[in-house]
Amino acid sequence: MDVSMLQRTYTDLLTSLFREGILNQQFIELQQLQDENNPGFVNEVVSLFFEDAGRLITELISNFNQQAVDYKKVDAYVHQLKGSSASIGAEKIRSVCQTFREYYDKNDIQGCYNCIQPLKQEFMTFKSKLEALFALEQQIVAAGGSIPMMRH
Amino acid sequence: MRSRVIQQSFSEAPSWVVLKMAAKRDYHSSIGECEGCKRWKFKVVFLCVLVGFMGFLLGWEGSVWGRGRLEREGLWERRAQVMVQEFNLSKTQLQALAVLLSSSEREISERIEGPKTRSLPCLLEELCSEKKQSGSNVNEGAMLDTNNSLKKDSNKVEIVPFSVPSVVSDLKDGQIISYWEEFLKSTKGLLDLITENRSMVLLSVLIVTVLSIRILYHMKMLNLSNEHKNLKQLQSPGYKSGGKRKKLLLLGVLFGLSVSVWIFFSMNENIVRRRRETLENMCDERARMLQDQFNVSMNHVQALAILVSTFHHGKNPSAIDQRTFEEYTARTAFERPLTSGVAYALKVLHSEREQFEKEHGWKIKKMEREDHSPVQDDYDPEKLDPAPVEEEYAPVIFSQDTVSHIVSVDMMSGKDDRDNIIRSRTTGKGALTAPFNLLKYNHLGVVLTFAVYKSELPPNATPQERTDATIGYLGASFDVPSLVEKLLQQLASKQKIIVNVYDTTNSSSYIKMYGPDVTDLDDVYKSGVDFGDPTRKHEMHCRFKDKAALPWSAITASIGVAVIVLLLGHIFYQALNRIEKVEDDYREMRELKGRAEAADVAKSQFLATVSHEIRTPMNGVLGMLQMLMDTELDATQQDFVMTAQESGNTLITLINEVLDQAKIESGRLELEAVPFDVRDLLDNVISLFSDKSQLKGIELAVYVSSQVPDVLVGDPVRFRQIITNLVGNSMKFTEEGHIFVSVHLLEEIKNSCEPSTMFEVPHEVNNKKEISSYDTLSGFQVVDRQRIIDKFKIHDCPKDSGNKVNLFVTVEDTGVGIPEEAQSRIFTPFMQADSSTSRTYGGTGIGLSISKCLVELMGGEIGFVSKSGIGSTFSFTAVFEEGRKISGDVKRYYTEPTPSEFQGMRALVVDGRGIRAEIVKYHLQRLGVHVNVATDPKSALSALLEACSLSGRGSLDMVLVDKEAWSDGSALTFPRPLVEQQRKGMLEHWQKIPKLFLLATSSSEYDDLKSAGYIECIKKPLRLSMMGACLQKALGVVSKRQQQARGDSLALRELLKGKKILVVDDNAINRKVAWGALKKYGAVVTCVDSGKDAIRILRPPHEIDACFMDVQMPEMDGFEATRLIRSAEKEVNELIGRGEMLIETDQHMGYWHVPILAMTADVIQATYEECLRCGMDGYVSKPFEEQQLYSAVAHFLESDPTSDAA
Repeated sequence: MDVSMLQRTYTDLLTSLFREGILNQQFIELQQLQDENNPGFVNEVVSLFFEDAGRLITELISNFNQQAVDYKKVDAYVHQLKGSSASIGAEKIRSVCQTFREYYDKNDIQGCYNCIQPLKQEFMTFKSKLEALFALEQQIVAAGGSIPMMRH
Repeated sequence: MRSRVIQQSFSEAPSWVVLKMAAKRDYHSSIGECEGCKRWKFKVVFLCVLVGFMGFLLGWEGSVWGRGRLEREGLWERRAQVMVQEFNLSKTQLQALAVLLSSSEREISERIEGPKTRSLPCLLEELCSEKKQSGSNVNEGAMLDTNNSLKKDSNKVEIVPFSVPSVVSDLKDGQIISYWEEFLKSTKGLLDLITENRSMVLLSVLIVTVLSIRILYHMKMLNLSNEHKNLKQLQSPGYKSGGKRKKLLLLGVLFGLSVSVWIFFSMNENIVRRRRETLENMCDERARMLQDQFNVSMNHVQALAILVSTFHHGKNPSAIDQRTFEEYTARTAFERPLTSGVAYALKVLHSEREQFEKEHGWKIKKMEREDHSPVQDDYDPEKLDPAPVEEEYAPVIFSQDTVSHIVSVDMMSGKDDRDNIIRSRTTGKGALTAPFNLLKYNHLGVVLTFAVYKSELPPNATPQERTDATIGYLGASFDVPSLVEKLLQQLASKQKIIVNVYDTTNSSSYIKMYGPDVTDLDDVYKSGVDFGDPTRKHEMHCRFKDKAALPWSAITASIGVAVIVLLLGHIFYQALNRIEKVEDDYREMRELKGRAEAADVAKSQFLATVSHEIRTPMNGVLGMLQMLMDTELDATQQDFVMTAQESGNTLITLINEVLDQAKIESGRLELEAVPFDVRDLLDNVISLFSDKSQLKGIELAVYVSSQVPDVLVGDPVRFRQIITNLVGNSMKFTEEGHIFVSVHLLEEIKNSCEPSTMFEVPHEVNNKKEISSYDTLSGFQVVDRQRIIDKFKIHDCPKDSGNKVNLFVTVEDTGVGIPEEAQSRIFTPFMQADSSTSRTYGGTGIGLSISKCLVELMGGEIGFVSKSGIGSTFSFTAVFEEGRKISGDVKRYYTEPTPSEFQGMRALVVDGRGIRAEIVKYHLQRLGVHVNVATDPKSALSALLEACSLSGRGSLDMVLVDKEAWSDGSALTFPRPLVEQQRKGMLEHWQKIPKLFLLATSSSEYDDLKSAGYIECIKKPLRLSMMGACLQKALGVVSKRQQQARGDSLALRELLKGKKILVVDDNAINRKVAWGALKKYGAVVTCVDSGKDAIRILRPPHEIDACFMDVQMPEMDGFEATRLIRSAEKEVNELIGRGEMLIETDQHMGYWHVPILAMTADVIQATYEECLRCGMDGYVSKPFEEQQLYSAVAHFLESDPTSDAA
């Protein structure tokens, strides 16, 4: 595939991610932190996020499936997930976490529970999209092109 | 009279009915008025009714009393009559004697006729004197006694009407007195009973009515209040109570009506009883009188009998013959007004008959009939048959002329007469026959017979002795009808009643003696009459001639009460209806009010929500626009984007305003209390408007009095908002002239009695060709600020009230001004001066309203003075606290300038206008520059030249000339002489011309400036930072912060480069991102994942320059960690302070305080305060935002000069 084509696909994908609200500006900030001194920074951070968030969500679900739900723990998980997602700019996950915490603050357990599924869903979407993005990135790099930067 | 009184009381009645009506109408007309008034009216109506009722009652009572008096009067009348009679009788007795004893009786008889028309006392006196004169002893004592007592009585009567019974007891005159006593007693008791009862009844009715009204009223009030309660709880309306009230009212009315019916019946009964009593009294009275008169006549007859016995039988020869008898009886007939005739019959035994007949020369004749059949007209005693042979005879020998026809008739021959004769001679008393038709007269009559005894009889003689001693019989026939007739004629009101007299000896069949035939028997009163013959009984029957009249008084009274009750009922009914209606209205209004309030709340909530919801996407839009501007765009695109962003910003501002308004309305707006620099804040405000003012060519300036403290504690955001609003407003309406913001202490304003010292009182300064120039910022006229100050209540802040600072802020403009008529609604939300304003100038009109609210929240007042065509001045006061000047705590918009850069420099400000010069001086002084002011060109130039010749101390570093220093525009050419001099080499080489700056609202051509001798043009509005930068640039003062202008990113890099920073976060991703970001700015980042590790690393001595700490961490949160770090630092600092620990690096100057900034995702006030409380120095948002990060870090980190140099 042509490098420019790849680059366009990459840009389109990234733009759509922004448009759909999956990503926010923080992701761009993150990208800007990546330079020759620090190559693969975004990839590194996002992979870390996949790992961490995946673990948190699994814990969350298992916790909810238990007989006695430890809500304090659940809240801590969600808080952490929210922080992480905010840091990498995973807007949708962050907003679901936000909603979850709002329900938690209102003691609306059912509301919290209802958030679990969307959270998982959003995470899967995010993961797949970002993985696709990284794959594209690698292809571009492999094809000898540079990754187009979204300007701040 | 009674009826008149009642009439009077009823003629009163209409007046109060009218009054009540009026009150009612009043009541109706005042329905629209307040509740209180209504209650008052109600009371007035109540009072009127009460007064009316009392009036009625009084009238009634009066009538009762009047009646009582009437009765009493009647009583006295009758009594007087009786007295007259009595005296008449006594007199007749006297006269009878006088006739017997003397022949001069004519005199007396003449006198008798007289007194009928005379008054009683007169008569009494006359009688008394007469009695004394005549010297008669008969009954004198008794008479005198009676007379005295009567006098006494009549005296007393005048004073104490009802003391009669006690007085009457003094009267000892037999029957009459006892009769009177009885009568008066009964009458009085009756009267008392009636009067007392009547007033009691009426009083009780009144009380009951009043009570029932009060109860009704109270119940209504109770219901009302209950309903109010119900309504307060917004519960179902109490319709039931209305029905209940009406039922009560109906009951009340029914009760009232029954009371009126009862009044009717009781009064009627009273009337009937009274009538009956009157009848009884009259009847008894007549009976007694009849009896008395009869008795008197009887006494006379008896006296005659004694006369006959004395003069006929006692004398021999007899002193009386028929002629004497006839004459005597005829002349004493007046004494026996009731007898038709008297006759004397001799007792003749059969054995003596012949001799008797021979003596008298006539035969004893028999009565025509045995019974008392009517006598024929052709009655002739001569034709009578001689009496048959009897045992004894009673031939009449003497007779009164009127009955001369019975002479020689044997009275024993008539059965009744015979019985009579026998009875009388056995008893020794008068005996009466049954009524029969008198001979010849054809009248009903009775014959009274007295026996004449020949010798003195012992008092207890037996009937036989009496019979034997009898020698003759004196008979008198009484003409009963004429007797009664006469009697009745003597009495008043004889027309009223019909009197019948009966002989009731035979109880089965009464014999009528007098009176018309009986038609109906009802309402008859019988009183017994004793004619002195115990064997015969007589009765008097009385009845009223007319049927009882309708009881008008009872009818009118009861109808009156009924009318009152109905009227009251009507009034109450109307009132109840009205109350119900008002209640309904009230309920409805309450409901509507509730709805309106709910709608208002909903509106506020909606506004707040919508504003908030709009803000979020708008931020997105603005962010994207910002990003868009960062991309490569051509000039047109750039322009579009700029416009879009400006619009967006305007929109955001508007939304914020609306949100503020909503917040204020719902009372959720709370003010912060943070330290801030008021001068810095004002510079920021000015800078906001600098573009606009430059564009419009308006002078915009700010001045803060030197007495205002540097740091104040309050809400800078809101304070700024107020000023921004006011300045923005002025900016909108000002096309030329100036806008001037000045800040003073309120005390300054108050203490300066002459406000002209505070610059802006208009007075002409120069009389040049200029139209008119005022000593104001731009020379335009302004309104007098003093008027606002006068309007303020200016609360005196006591000096000892801590460190309160009362600011007085004025925003003065030379705009279009506010029309007089619009000035009142300036602070009303969404109201502009007029609708065209919003079309011309735009805006929502919400800003001033918000400003007013904010000022009030700050404990101040806002006011303005405006004159159309001249301008407006808005002033407000606000209370702050004085803050300590601690760097770092103070919220700033600009970095604090280091005065040292310009410290000690000297400047000359050249300006024709004092105020403007003052403002420049103010700014320069803030930079630490000593300022002199020159107002006219000559003095300025000489000062300048003088300064030139002085080097070193006293030399001028800079000269600032306003472009419009003088109205002729000569400012631009002002330095020309100087430049010329220099060019001509007139100045020595060591003479340095100070740097000349031009102050202008619009930039001039650089070349022009240069040629004129100016080095730089400082664009107004003046701000500290801008001025500092300008001066720096021109004077070549090297500033550490010069490069800040390169942008935050660079500045941040500068700040952070080489700094050792510790990031504490439990979240690996966050840690990583923070690390990445800080590293990008050249910092050396160390990451730890827990508070404990952070404490370990930050235990002094260490080399960390700053620490970013996550707030929310498991095990130990950021606050706790910070607290521990600070305590550790404190320990070390104390050790150093005591010299127990060596200072290892000079960097920390022996004082450990590592800046710790909280990293938090949601920055809210509470968190910020918590941060400060536990020893943190500030916060940064997470993820990092460049600008925010910079402003947070800039306070704590100094950029490394070594790295900068490198």
